[in-house]
Amino acid sequence: MSGPGIAAVAAQVAVVTAGAPLLAGLMRQVRARLEGRAGAGIAQPWRDLRKLLRKEPITPVGTGPAFRAAPALLVATTAVTAALVPFLSTDTPVGRNADVILVVALLALGTVALALAGLDSGTAFGGMGASREMTIAALVEPTILLAVFALSIPARSTNLPAIVAGAVEQPARLASPAGLLATAALAVAVLAETGRLPVDNPATHLELTMVHEAMVLEYAGPDLALVELGAQMRLTVLLGLLTSVFAPWGIATGPSWAALAVALAVFVAKTALLGAALAAGEVFWAKLRLFRVPELLAGSFLLALLAVTASYFLSGE
Amino acid sequence: MSEGTYTQLLDLACGAFLLAAVVVLWQRKLTAIVRTFALQGVALAALPFLLGLHEARGELIAVAAGIGVLRTGVLPYLMRRALDSLVPAPVTGAGHRYVENVSEAWETQPLVNVAASLLTAALLTLLAYAVARPLVLLGPAPATRALPVGLAVMLIGFFVLSTRRRALAQVVGFLLLDNGITATAFLAASGVPLIVELGVSFDVVLAVLVLQILTTRMRTAFGTTDIDDLRELHD
Repeated sequence: MSGPGIAAVAAQVAVVTAGAPLLAGLMRQVRARLEGRAGAGIAQPWRDLRKLLRKEPITPVGTGPAFRAAPALLVATTAVTAALVPFLSTDTPVGRNADVILVVALLALGTVALALAGLDSGTAFGGMGASREMTIAALVEPTILLAVFALSIPARSTNLPAIVAGAVEQPARLASPAGLLATAALAVAVLAETGRLPVDNPATHLELTMVHEAMVLEYAGPDLALVELGAQMRLTVLLGLLTSVFAPWGIATGPSWAALAVALAVFVAKTALLGAALAAGEVFWAKLRLFRVPELLAGSFLLALLAVTASYFLSGE
Repeated sequence: MSEGTYTQLLDLACGAFLLAAVVVLWQRKLTAIVRTFALQGVALAALPFLLGLHEARGELIAVAAGIGVLRTGVLPYLMRRALDSLVPAPVTGAGHRYVENVSEAWETQPLVNVAASLLTAALLTLLAYAVARPLVLLGPAPATRALPVGLAVMLIGFFVLSTRRRALAQVVGFLLLDNGITATAFLAASGVPLIVELGVSFDVVLAVLVLQILTTRMRTAFGTTDIDDLRELHD
């Protein structure tokens, strides 16, 4: 139990919660500028959240506990994930419990809660969005697990801090074929899991194409604010996971206040850079037809599987 | 070059080699398939180059240069020429809207759909690893440990050859098979004698030339390069 360790966990949760709307705002701003629009500014998602939180809570007639619990559950699971994943420091009091399987399960719990809420609302769009979300989730979860397993073979542990600490000590591990394949697979999986462009369009309100938006159509007021915040936090956590697993430079590995401060600055910079790059890339992409999405995800699953076989056989230990 | 760098670069070349085979399976556009095949040639040429540097053998580097020219230059050039003669230029002009017939430039309907063929490629890779296990145990060096990659590309090439419908996609499948055989030879035995390698290369060039002529003939006779149209006999 060290002071910097506890501070690191608190800082991770605080940065992810406060920074997620800012990251979303930054990505929208980058996109707007590239499309020749002025954009609403980086703080706009926070202003939206404030507006929604001031409204009166209201739920549709006939909805049950699944609908009411889902927004809180989504935010809570994401906050716990933010505490577990080593964004700032690998030496934290919760580090021993930060297993890959647990992290993926927590993220899946949030997805399932939201899908159940979509079904619970009883509307056609809610059910349709939920069924699409589950189709995508069923293909994405194994890919995330396999991609991180490929990196856990050289570290000989599925503990995330151990994987990240090993990668900090031996950067050569990341330039191996296994590391590169796993990066590509995890990047596709993150795009699908957060509902970004080739899989789902985050800006659409066209009924026939939306996935995430269809499930949350019935939410209003503070509940909608929580759902929005949860989605933005998931994006931040998954982008952060991608940076800390594949670009782990700057993450503190010991109990030191100075290293923690550096790690905080580096984490913010890395995530903002990745988010801006993603937003810039999205300008040039079109959304895939829904029936082509399994193809993309099967491809990323294959990349993850190749990463596992390559890291098992080529390294040959 | 130190032992560690050699192993790492060899692994990287093998990874890129296998990845290119998978991407061929993933693509539908024939021009993209040919481009990926050319990139795979770079990875294949890197194998004898690295082996030659490591074992200080000049002739392997010469073989690497030959393979590089043949598989990243000549063969893709021939295939691109065949493709250009197959795909008619888009009709534009007064009275016509922009019309383009893309049916010959796309592998629109493979016998096995793309998602299923990607999963099959995963199974084939695992099969290659299982089959090559005893061979690797005979002499565990970095090159022999990468042996399954060659076998996997061979199997994937055979799969492309048997499930794609367009004649040109099948030619790429045949060449993938050949790339896999060449890679296996380099990884297992540090290459075959130069004369055999030359013979195989000429064989491949001739095969591609004959197939190119055959494809163009098919196109003029049937108006398509869909192999399924060759099932029935005509007089």
